[in-house]
Amino acid sequence: MFKIIKKSVLGDKLVLFDVEAEKIAQSCLPGQFLIVKIDEKGERIPLTICDYDSKKGIVTIVVQEIGASTKKINSLKEGDCFQDVVGPLGNPSDLIELNDSELKSKNIVFIGGGVGVAPVYPQVKYLSEKGIKCDVILGARNKDMLILEDWFKKLNCNVYSCTDDASYGLKGPVTNVLKMLVEEKNIKYNHCVAIGPAIMMKFVCIMTKDYNIPTIVSMNSIMVDGTGMCGACRLMVGNELKFACIDGPEFDGHKINFDEVMKRQAQYKDEEGRALLKLIEGDTHHGGCGVCGG
Amino acid sequence: MANRVKVREQDPKVRAKNFDEVCYGYNEEEAVLEATRCLHCKNPKCVEGCPVHINIPQFIEHLKHKEYDKAIETIHLSSSLPAICGRVCPQETQCESKCVLGIKGEPISIGKLERFTADYARENNISEKVDIHTNSKKVAIVGSGPAGLSCATDLAKLGYNVTVFEALHETGGVLTYGIPEFRLPKEKVVKPEVENVKKLGVKIETNVIIGKTISIEDLMHKEGFEAVFIASGAGLPMFMKIPGENSNGVFSANEFLTRANLMKGYRDDYDTPIKVGKKVIVVGGGNVAMDAARTALRLGAETHIVYRRSEKELPARAEEVHHAKEEGIIFDVLCNPIEIIADENDNVKAVKVINMELGEPDDNGRRRPVEVKGSEHNIECDMVIMALGTTPNPMLPKNTKGLNVNSKGCIEHNDETTATSIEGVFVGGDAAIGAATVILAMGAGKKAAIGIDNYLKNK
Repeated sequence: MFKIIKKSVLGDKLVLFDVEAEKIAQSCLPGQFLIVKIDEKGERIPLTICDYDSKKGIVTIVVQEIGASTKKINSLKEGDCFQDVVGPLGNPSDLIELNDSELKSKNIVFIGGGVGVAPVYPQVKYLSEKGIKCDVILGARNKDMLILEDWFKKLNCNVYSCTDDASYGLKGPVTNVLKMLVEEKNIKYNHCVAIGPAIMMKFVCIMTKDYNIPTIVSMNSIMVDGTGMCGACRLMVGNELKFACIDGPEFDGHKINFDEVMKRQAQYKDEEGRALLKLIEGDTHHGGCGVCGG
Repeated sequence: MANRVKVREQDPKVRAKNFDEVCYGYNEEEAVLEATRCLHCKNPKCVEGCPVHINIPQFIEHLKHKEYDKAIETIHLSSSLPAICGRVCPQETQCESKCVLGIKGEPISIGKLERFTADYARENNISEKVDIHTNSKKVAIVGSGPAGLSCATDLAKLGYNVTVFEALHETGGVLTYGIPEFRLPKEKVVKPEVENVKKLGVKIETNVIIGKTISIEDLMHKEGFEAVFIASGAGLPMFMKIPGENSNGVFSANEFLTRANLMKGYRDDYDTPIKVGKKVIVVGGGNVAMDAARTALRLGAETHIVYRRSEKELPARAEEVHHAKEEGIIFDVLCNPIEIIADENDNVKAVKVINMELGEPDDNGRRRPVEVKGSEHNIECDMVIMALGTTPNPMLPKNTKGLNVNSKGCIEHNDETTATSIEGVFVGGDAAIGAATVILAMGAGKKAAIGIDNYLKNK
């Protein structure tokens, strides 16, 4: 059992958990993810690691409520336990492989959108602790969904927050901010890391390809085991078939077919919608009315 | 000579709609009767045919005299998972294929007798009596599938302090995530056999991925394990690399079976979603293809097996093919997919196939399938399951310095000792030889236990 030490609601349907997972906390690196399972009958849910404390044996995750399973998770309280937490999964960020002088030669812009802000944090923190400064663009639909800005502001980085509805920070999507930084402020980035909804990563990649900035994206594909067995997370990277869980989750964003990725992500939408309705409405939901497709 | 005692099975029409076990197995009377057919050959060929060399005539002799505790004792000397092997071993190509009775009639039903013995022992709480002289040497085992469990059993009996690390949240490996409930019941059969292994003092830790959560190096240098046995199993599912294969509704058999078996996605009270089409095409002809097809059928789909060779070449066990047919699986043989066709939303709507004919034999002696020009046609369907085998999982070798793999990605090892390129690290099962059977993995686990014992005794 893996105990929840701390829970804080970060925003609309976005909850942060500090979880006791000693072995994972001691072995994980920025860019990796883990899988949680709430109880015996729960689903295995892959989540990116937002932070970790190897001394205290704690990992921090941020969960966005999008279906029945994530709704159940977000209703957990401090002191409750996950039955299973396994990880760290996937490869650490490529930046971890670089030595300090290589890192110093990079002018990096990080872009986090929605819950994708969470996995950006450990990477920026890693650089910050090495004294390497970078730019960070944080985006969300609205003020309530913009998370962890105060965490980033404590690091050695320039933070640019934006919201689609202009309820906080700069107005518009993250690409507007990127455009402003590159075209108006004339910043010459030579590395971009973009993590967020597939649609955001798609448009960031279109833009950075134009600007000739190498761009790494992190794929949050559908997965079952997360260890290279089920093949659910497969995607084309250039002409090669790759598995997000063992080849990724980070890939060269310019080689990804995001339209295919988005269609694959929607694969279980009907089932997820039905499960969520069943959870909310209980026995009153019988299907058949056609509204939810169930 | 009396005929083989027929084993009772669930009616095909009924079982096609449930996940209960297909085969009921022998009852006491039937088992004793079947046991009387054994000729007790002086030079029993059946034992040679068994990858773990169970003393078959001896356990059958005990059955004949209703000495069930002695029968299970005999089996336990060679096998730690008899209730499982009695169900999933391909006996017809192993022990039973060597039986002298098979020359003129039907061989003795060794598998069903093994199953009866193990089930009887479990139901009557006859547990293995072992006298273990423990030593303090720690051995780590990577994976709780058949190779890992059998190695753990043998090492525990030799007195070692054994810990098994399992990546998933449940123990059993392929026995749990891969083989369906209707062939191998999990609560009734798999879990009790795993418990038997634990009773020998073996510790099992789930949710630990060796190479990720903790490295082999740390196991040996920080945690004090003096030897490691890698039994991490099969890995990446293979795909055909044909157009449209990433369309929605195309799954690997591993994904479909894992969602059904491990995650119980078909049950309302479990949270994991599972897709089942109205018409499902399963591509492949092995046991995994049969398992996937029969699972889809039970979830209500019209299910077809599409296989590029002829029925004679189907690599699946004859019994599985027979059961699948009885249940209503349709076999489209000599037929191979060349494209997956999807609708405007990228959902599968058909498989474009081409007819095949058998040409010259290949290196393995199997006749090579050749495309029949101009025979392309579409089979409509709304789901495709690829059951084409697996390639070894690269995760552990990639994260373990000095662990060599061959060109196929299998971990290099000495065939006799099972030792790998790292001192004190051994390997067996699918991770060593690619996808095979439960019993071969068990055999490999036993061999590794001997290898590890010799290594540690001489260290």
